[in-house]
Amino acid sequence: MPARPQRPSVARRFARHRRGLVGGVVVAVMLVAGSLAPVLAPQSYSAQSLLNRLKPPSATHWLGTDGFGRDVLSRVIWGSRVSLEIGLVATTLALVVGTAVGSVAGYFGGATDTAIMRAADVFLSVPALFLILIVVALFGASLANTALVIALVTWAPVGRIVRSECLSLRNRDFVHAAAALGAGHARILGRHLLVNALPIVIVQASLLLGQTILIESGLSYLGLGAQPPLPSWGNMVVEGRQFLASAWWIATFPGLAIFVTVLGFNLFGDGLRDASDPTLRGHSP
Amino acid sequence: MEPGLRTYVLKRVGFAVLMLVGVSIILFTIMRLAPGGPEAVLIGGEFSQEAAAQIRQRLGLDRPLALQYLGWAGAALRGDLGRSFKTGDPVAALILDRLGPTVQLTFGALALALVVAVPLGVLAAVRRGTIWDTLGSAVALFGVSFPSFWLGIMLILLFSEVFHWLPPSGLSEYGREADLSARVRHAILPTLTLGLIQMASFMRFTRSSLLEVLRQDYVRTARAKGLGGGRVVWRHALRNALIPVVTVVGLSLPTLVGGAVLTETVFAWPGIGRLAVGAVFERDYPVIMGVNLMVATVVISANLLTDLAYCVIDPRISYR
Repeated sequence: MPARPQRPSVARRFARHRRGLVGGVVVAVMLVAGSLAPVLAPQSYSAQSLLNRLKPPSATHWLGTDGFGRDVLSRVIWGSRVSLEIGLVATTLALVVGTAVGSVAGYFGGATDTAIMRAADVFLSVPALFLILIVVALFGASLANTALVIALVTWAPVGRIVRSECLSLRNRDFVHAAAALGAGHARILGRHLLVNALPIVIVQASLLLGQTILIESGLSYLGLGAQPPLPSWGNMVVEGRQFLASAWWIATFPGLAIFVTVLGFNLFGDGLRDASDPTLRGHSP
Repeated sequence: MEPGLRTYVLKRVGFAVLMLVGVSIILFTIMRLAPGGPEAVLIGGEFSQEAAAQIRQRLGLDRPLALQYLGWAGAALRGDLGRSFKTGDPVAALILDRLGPTVQLTFGALALALVVAVPLGVLAAVRRGTIWDTLGSAVALFGVSFPSFWLGIMLILLFSEVFHWLPPSGLSEYGREADLSARVRHAILPTLTLGLIQMASFMRFTRSSLLEVLRQDYVRTARAKGLGGGRVVWRHALRNALIPVVTVVGLSLPTLVGGAVLTETVFAWPGIGRLAVGAVFERDYPVIMGVNLMVATVVISANLLTDLAYCVIDPRISYR
């Protein structure tokens, strides 16, 4: 039987992975900022002050103020909530669906596999943003709708990866042994295949979180995300666009927040992948 | 053509057609199931139930869903995509009008991405562990982490607002539409935005695919024959390493077109993406269907062609 991934050694390998650690720290900071926004934000995200419009970064307003005199730093901190909430919900949904569908396809093979993978092909060939745009614009930009439709277009790559992992696992001796001992399909899938496919799923989760945050910010940019005055990084960039010539900071900082967060999730995911399977180092999906 | 190959080709073409039908049915159903309809946008403000019913009847929205779809699909097969709810213009004409700028933008970005990514990927693989490799991974990492719309805005900030070198938006200046140099100057920033984002996956694939090939026996043989390093890489290894890269280019079309939606919005670029965004907000169903049908056709045909090219180029791939 192949050894289960050994936890201490994965953790130790990750601890030596400098870029992965940087990513982990960024992710942690963003999660803390999002969850503690009411405490951390120096001001309310909606407090307007027309006397303080378009003020550049200073000691009182570290990241300056926007067209309504609102504190950009506070809005960036609050904005992380929308991105992270939708990112987490959408990624969880995509992972659950992708893992379930992919493992069933990989384990049973044959016609089941063909049917499932053809369905995945359909989802891979529709330009995702078009589909999301249509659904969100027509059904409304609620958190649930947005997360659901982002999951709808992102489950397919997860499904493919889990499928190929299960395909290679199902003919291993320990799976045959479990079957010989009388384990049913559900038990083999749950106890043996999925447990072994878990490291790959976790890595995918981190990379997918970055992607879903990018998609959400794009929707916000098109006006299909959180509605003002609730700040999201995407709608802050749009508001800053009109002041680009006079107040560069309004569009710059929220965009930077998106970039750093997504970069953090990508670095974290790469680090996890290298730590869980050193042979994959440098082989990006 | 061998019988096996012919069956494979027919099967793939048949499946592509099925996929197109599937995509159109899904989109059609989603749109018609959505709450609220085009009447609210067309009338604007308060309106009576009768007025709404009248408009729905005029647009044919009161018929059963299946009939509406069959009517639309039948006309589409004859090349008639219907008329815009809003302007009354034929949808096909609206799309043709916007096609040029989008094709220019996406192909420009694709070319730029390939021209930078392939050599960089080769350098990163050949000089593994050097500064080139680090630079390559940085490009790859940044490319997948940048929000394209923000990258576009930052480029505008730098090149239009600070340095005043390049125009921030539009296809050309008013009245100078035929002036090539004006058009090129307008195209630089949007093409750069879309191209930079696209570079990442091409560069990653070139690198990992070339590393894979460089480990093969025939490469060792070529080296053992005494061929120089450069010759081995360019003549022997790269040709084989580029096969998977071709697939990635085919598969990247959906992201490229999706990216064009945001890029066109940022740069006020009059292409298909902006047409689609406008149509979605105005619930202009025929335009939404038309644009999506066209985009899906392009994407699905591109994937089909890559698959077919693949099994013609590489005799080791079995077609079943």
